[in-house]
Amino acid sequence: MKNIYTIFKKELAGYFNSPIAYIFIAVFLVSSSWLFFQNFFLYNQAVMRGYFTFLPWIFLFLAPAIAMRSFAEEKKSGTMELILTLPIKDWEVVVGKFLSSLAFMAITILLSISIPISISNIGQLDIGPVIGGYIGTILLAGAYLCIGIFISSLTKNQIISFVIAITASFGLFIIGTNFVLEAVPNFLAPLFSFVGLGTHFQNIAKGVIDTRDLIYYGSFIFLFLWLTVKNLESRNWR
Amino acid sequence: MIKIENLTKKFDGKTVLDKISFDVKQGEILGFLGPNGAGKTTTMKIITGYIPLNKGSVKVDNIDIERDSIKTRAKIGYLAENNPLYDEMKVFEFLSFIAELRGVDKGEIDEKISEISKVCGLEKVINKLISELSKGFRQRVGLAQAMISDPEILILDEPTSGLDPNQIIEIRELIKKIGKEKTVIFSTHILSEAQAVSDRIIIINNGKIAASGTPDELIKREKTQEIIYIKIKGDKNEVLQKLKNLENIEEAKIEDKECDRVYGYKIKPKQGVDLREYLSITIMKNNWAILEMRQERKSLEGVFRELTK
Repeated sequence: MKNIYTIFKKELAGYFNSPIAYIFIAVFLVSSSWLFFQNFFLYNQAVMRGYFTFLPWIFLFLAPAIAMRSFAEEKKSGTMELILTLPIKDWEVVVGKFLSSLAFMAITILLSISIPISISNIGQLDIGPVIGGYIGTILLAGAYLCIGIFISSLTKNQIISFVIAITASFGLFIIGTNFVLEAVPNFLAPLFSFVGLGTHFQNIAKGVIDTRDLIYYGSFIFLFLWLTVKNLESRNWR
Repeated sequence: MIKIENLTKKFDGKTVLDKISFDVKQGEILGFLGPNGAGKTTTMKIITGYIPLNKGSVKVDNIDIERDSIKTRAKIGYLAENNPLYDEMKVFEFLSFIAELRGVDKGEIDEKISEISKVCGLEKVINKLISELSKGFRQRVGLAQAMISDPEILILDEPTSGLDPNQIIEIRELIKKIGKEKTVIFSTHILSEAQAVSDRIIIINNGKIAASGTPDELIKREKTQEIIYIKIKGDKNEVLQKLKNLENIEEAKIEDKECDRVYGYKIKPKQGVDLREYLSITIMKNNWAILEMRQERKSLEGVFRELTK
């Protein structure tokens, strides 16, 4: 636990020590607020659902950008050897890195808290779906991040890691959408719908927190982190 | 302290290490010598637990590295090849990060860092970003990082590579100092360095141990004989004749000429005979003069060349 915390601290400080973090936060807040308020006054309703429906699409690009450096950079600079010969376990490194990237994303997301505050000033905002939306968004971010971290552990090149992570996340997100579900054979539809990242997000974003969705995200994140650990250990298979 | 038995490692079917066995005793400085690609780095990476071995066993302080890698890693401070460091961190931050992960008590970290930065000469740069440091200072940070938790064993992969001559000497002195208390394995391809620093040398070539022993023992293995170079003032033919007829001389010949009557001669004495005193007396008796005399020392270089051809 102590080791995870040490790595977590170092990685999180690493995010905030680089200008990329601030650019990232700015881009996120400006683009998401603009996209949201563009239509908000047309609907004339004090709801945030619109906000949470397009967040997955913004995160599709931002999460891989955050995750891409996690291992690719260590591999490239050789520090992988430094950290993996310390008396700590591989999974502690992976979990520490994952939690720090998740914390960074969570901080970014929570900075948009000004939106619900503004809305509740001008109308009656139902707080349940907003909280659900935030929880769902953070879970979804976690899912995207662990894909990105896994892919980052496969390559030395951050750009390759970025592009492949976007592609993979996109694939996993859309297989649960109606567009795809209508195209696949009927017997596959429930499976696709269950595996798709988007389906579970929509449930939570409506304000319904179902344990099935929590378990889904939990096992999704666990699976990819486990794959990352196995991949790090695979230096032991040669 | 470290016991390696029949260590074998293959990369993609190519054997990089072939049944290597050796021991390192406590408090010993072991120089690991060999041409590039001989398997030095691979051996070190295996001992430190970065890459796995295929066959054989490595025991650190009687603990098998495959059984309890975390425990053996805790005993080893490692300076990897090319000295990888987190460039975006400050020296202090970096050292305390490593200290925490190496299990140094929270309350002792500051003290440990100031202690180690004194030993490694890092006081001036302790608040600088690692990316701003010169190569010499980076190397010291690498060493400091390896020693921060006071491990019993230090494994240093080419600790002096890329440094200027002054820095090389400083780092060597540092290794010698550390080696008084700790077990050190360091690799190099600079022969004089291995000779100057290590208690024992292992020469490795093509994944096999070609030779091992103290620097002196290795030098004795060299087949070429000692040669005495002597510059004598006197008639060349007379001198040469005399030299050739001396006892215990295998060969004598003229090497070079300084001016008339002053010639340099190379003399090969019989194995194991020290001729210097006898030579000087003989020459004085003949009223010639010795202008210069030196014994051409055998060096590790010859041994190395022979073994790694």
